[in-house]
Amino acid sequence: MSAQSVLFDALGPRGRRMTTIINIVAALALAGLLVFVVMKLNDAGQLAGNLWLRALDSNAWLYYYLPGLQNTLVAAVYSVVLAVVFGLIFGVGRLASNRLIRWFCGLVVEFFRAVPVLVMMVAAAAVGYILGLDRDIVPLVAVVVGLTLYNGSVIAELVRSGVYGLPKGQREAGLAVGMTRGQSIRSIELPQALIAMLPSLVSQFVVILKDSALGQIILYSELLRSARLLGSGAPFPILQTLFVAALIFIALNFLLGWLAQVLARRLGSRTSGRTTAAAPTAVPQAAGPGATGTAGGIDDGPG
Amino acid sequence: MADFLTVLSEYDIAGAYWVNLKLTFFAGLFALVLGTILAMFRISPIPSLNLAGTAYVNILRNTPLTIIIVFGLAVLWPVLRVEFSEVFTVNFFWLGVVGLTVYHAAFFCEALRSGINTVPVGQAEAARAIGLPFLDSARLVIFPQAFRGAIAPLGNVVIALIKNTTVVAAGSVSEIATLMREMIENESNYVYPIFLTVAVGFVIIVVPVGMLATYLSRRLAVSR
Repeated sequence: MSAQSVLFDALGPRGRRMTTIINIVAALALAGLLVFVVMKLNDAGQLAGNLWLRALDSNAWLYYYLPGLQNTLVAAVYSVVLAVVFGLIFGVGRLASNRLIRWFCGLVVEFFRAVPVLVMMVAAAAVGYILGLDRDIVPLVAVVVGLTLYNGSVIAELVRSGVYGLPKGQREAGLAVGMTRGQSIRSIELPQALIAMLPSLVSQFVVILKDSALGQIILYSELLRSARLLGSGAPFPILQTLFVAALIFIALNFLLGWLAQVLARRLGSRTSGRTTAAAPTAVPQAAGPGATGTAGGIDDGPG
Repeated sequence: MADFLTVLSEYDIAGAYWVNLKLTFFAGLFALVLGTILAMFRISPIPSLNLAGTAYVNILRNTPLTIIIVFGLAVLWPVLRVEFSEVFTVNFFWLGVVGLTVYHAAFFCEALRSGINTVPVGQAEAARAIGLPFLDSARLVIFPQAFRGAIAPLGNVVIALIKNTTVVAAGSVSEIATLMREMIENESNYVYPIFLTVAVGFVIIVVPVGMLATYLSRRLAVSR
């Protein structure tokens, strides 16, 4: 609390006394709030053992959470791989010297960043059914398409801002030794930009994992949907199953966030670009068009 | 094309977008208030408030919005009996607002905090050095700069919120994603134009907001 405080000077004796008092009062108030919530839950009968048992027994894990989690991860992994490919292609495309390519890639990226992921998923599912894809895989395909288009566009912006974020001397050195602009991008700037953007990239995986839960709206049987299914059976432990599903998501995302921070710390020496820790998590379905200023880092708030 | 236009005219697309904008307005307003409180918690020198603010932000930020929305309409209302209105759709609308608020408050908090973090410590030290008391240094020196630094991230959160209002489609609120599903179901030979219409609608709403945020953040940027 002491390090980041712009507003507060080091406290004197009177200030310290005040803080201690306020601290205790606030702690009591927060504890009271917690007790109030638990009591309300108890009043509603939601703390009953049979509900939690049903939401946590081996059947629940074997037939609901684990298969659901598997589907979530399958969708997420496909999306991550495809989004990175998409992002690299269009990110480099936006740096191309040909104006037409640059313009086209810019249009695609800005368009898919402005459209909600859910809208893309719904449309992709409809297109899948029309094209006569196997009905079983349409939801998965639709989820992957939606996540890829949106997150790929965000990653394309990361690539672009990563290259722009490098010191100018890198490019100038490349040109000075007789490389073309394209050669310098490929062999000097892009490798460093990719390392610099790795932490942000991992944070973007958090967004992918979170948004994969949108799949339940288009009937993809991922973790949230299995939790809902389990919760709508016999003793109706819906509160409990959603709680468990949320915990699983939170745990996975914390892991990814931690990884992003470790990467940011480790990779700093291997690029002339700036490795910022985990900033893009700060925006849910991140930036929209026009607001590109932040992508490069006017201020990436600490993660 | 003419056929498609007659199809379009059978649906209340503008009305559906209006619902999304209303969701954005109310959720944005409440989330800004809650986010400001959380940001004050996180920058205050009170350890217990710090802890509460940090815990809230880290937990909510890592929870899928879809789970929060589903929680509202499958738990808050039927199980915990939170009811805003007798009317089904009105009730779902407000449950959606609650879900969006709770989720985006974490992001508003972080946007505000990142604004405060753009202010160099030297500014606060200079304010104290010329004898300004706490409230004056906050009001005259720190917050004006912090607010300018927060415009760009705040703009991003608002854009995200606009797009995220579609997630309320998990309930039966008559917003645009719900309407789009209904249209696709009824008019299956117009999938592409329906998608384009809806998508372009979002581009039209989102792009000006982004441009405004960029313009303001550049215009008001504190040159250091």
